[in-house]
Amino acid sequence: MTATALERAERRKAWAFALPALLWTGFFFLVPFAYMAAISLWTRQGREIVATWTLDNYIAFFEKAHLFKGLVVSLEITAIVTVISIVLAYPLAWIIAERVPKTWQRFALIMAILPFWTSYVVRSYSWLLVLSKGGVVNQALLWLGVIAEPLELSANRTGTVIGFVHFFVMLLTLTIYANLIQLSPNYRRAAADLGANAFQTFWHVVLPLTLPGVMVGAFLTFVLCIGDYITPQILGGNNELVLPQVIMLQLGRRADFPMAAAMSLVLMAIVTLAYIACARWLKMERT
Amino acid sequence: MRHLTTALAATYAGLLYLFIFLPVIVLVLFSFQDGTLPVPPLNGLTLRWYEAIFADGKLMAALGNSLIVAILSSAVACILGFLAAYAFARYTLPASGLLRGLIVAPMTVSTLIIGLGLLSVLNLTGMRLSLLTVGIGHVVINLPLCFAIIYASMGGHQVNIERAARDLGAKDWQVTLLVTAPMLAPSILAAFFLSVTFSWDEFIVAFLLSRFDVTLPVEIWSMLRSGLDPRTNAIGSVVFLVSVAFLIIMELAVFRKTGKSS
Repeated sequence: MTATALERAERRKAWAFALPALLWTGFFFLVPFAYMAAISLWTRQGREIVATWTLDNYIAFFEKAHLFKGLVVSLEITAIVTVISIVLAYPLAWIIAERVPKTWQRFALIMAILPFWTSYVVRSYSWLLVLSKGGVVNQALLWLGVIAEPLELSANRTGTVIGFVHFFVMLLTLTIYANLIQLSPNYRRAAADLGANAFQTFWHVVLPLTLPGVMVGAFLTFVLCIGDYITPQILGGNNELVLPQVIMLQLGRRADFPMAAAMSLVLMAIVTLAYIACARWLKMERT
Repeated sequence: MRHLTTALAATYAGLLYLFIFLPVIVLVLFSFQDGTLPVPPLNGLTLRWYEAIFADGKLMAALGNSLIVAILSSAVACILGFLAAYAFARYTLPASGLLRGLIVAPMTVSTLIIGLGLLSVLNLTGMRLSLLTVGIGHVVINLPLCFAIIYASMGGHQVNIERAARDLGAKDWQVTLLVTAPMLAPSILAAFFLSVTFSWDEFIVAFLLSRFDVTLPVEIWSMLRSGLDPRTNAIGSVVFLVSVAFLIIMELAVFRKTGKSS
């Protein structure tokens, strides 16, 4: 079957519209990505990258404790942050959806997002003002006489977790709220008709139905948290590095591109695994 | 009982809102600190840290750089995204699912990987790191978003209007530019504003792909090396104010309008 002249002209036009975006993504995303994947299989001699194919970088990552520990720390922190954020965000989302009058709900949500409109770097710095030894929380607690010595709230894991939870509580409140507000009141009426009390209705009806919102938020939390460099770098101190920090270290003083590339791809593989694990819920959300 | 749960709910929400607002309140409050440490006690109020940052040439240059990069890279991302969305919505391309997947692919990859990849290729080609390379990176990050937003709003109901325009003698470029683009203005604007805010705030790619001319987040980053400093509070408060102004404009100009028409 041969295309008519008209069809060929139409097809040329279609390509003319699509090509700029495709070329941009091809040149500045696909090619760099493929090159990076190749580099991760090459080695480094001094500051030069040598194109000899080997799995050494990946093997080194899993064998060398100081590199692999970054992944372990990242996973631990991400898990802690995700759980705390869900536990804190769910009641808030519920209160906004159920107890705040309809006309004020949008305002309540905008207020919840408002503080996140600073620069990300500035936000982590602000937490330093709150959590450092002479910071607001320690000064207040000392003044109240609750503690005798300032608490170590920053330059350690506590600082990183608080900084992360701050952002992800907001994010999860949004995804869970979106889910709660879509629930038809008929479900609750039916549960009440069948004799369920408020707690039973929540536990057996509302909670399972809002699980997609929780999972979408949890997935986003996982992905954004495990890939983040700024919050741990500013609030976490130097004793315990997360994977993105270890990657940046390879780049900085050591200029070890192949190692950094290999570790980035491991990070990406973990995110992909998380996506596959959550795909069931992420799909449900789309319909 | 009812009163008790309401009181509990109000207390809980109040505490969480306090948690959410605490850092920004402290940031702004101690930007007026009359002293060199932006932590309690508050010695008095002064505007001298604001004077200091507005007199700081490097910081103001970084602010200008950030605005330029954000606006230009978002404009490019919107134009490319709009054209591609038009192609996929109005024509049938071979393997269109795969190609659409390619355009949104960067959204699924962390910015660290996008930055590292671009950096290694730029090293290879010997291209100098500059605001241009930062801008290229930001288009890569924002193009998927712009494409997705605009593509989602290209419904079938606009096709008839485009057909009418063609029947009345409009050329293809006239249809796209004078008929389709204005119809999609709300979603194009939303995409533009959203990518401006992302670019304005983006750190990793800007950090990896710049050298002498840097954007504001990178400049603030280097200010952090001097520890707690009221100047950082002041510039942070300015950024917050600009962003909130932006949010209000967006809320009024874009979302109100689309909310009403739908």
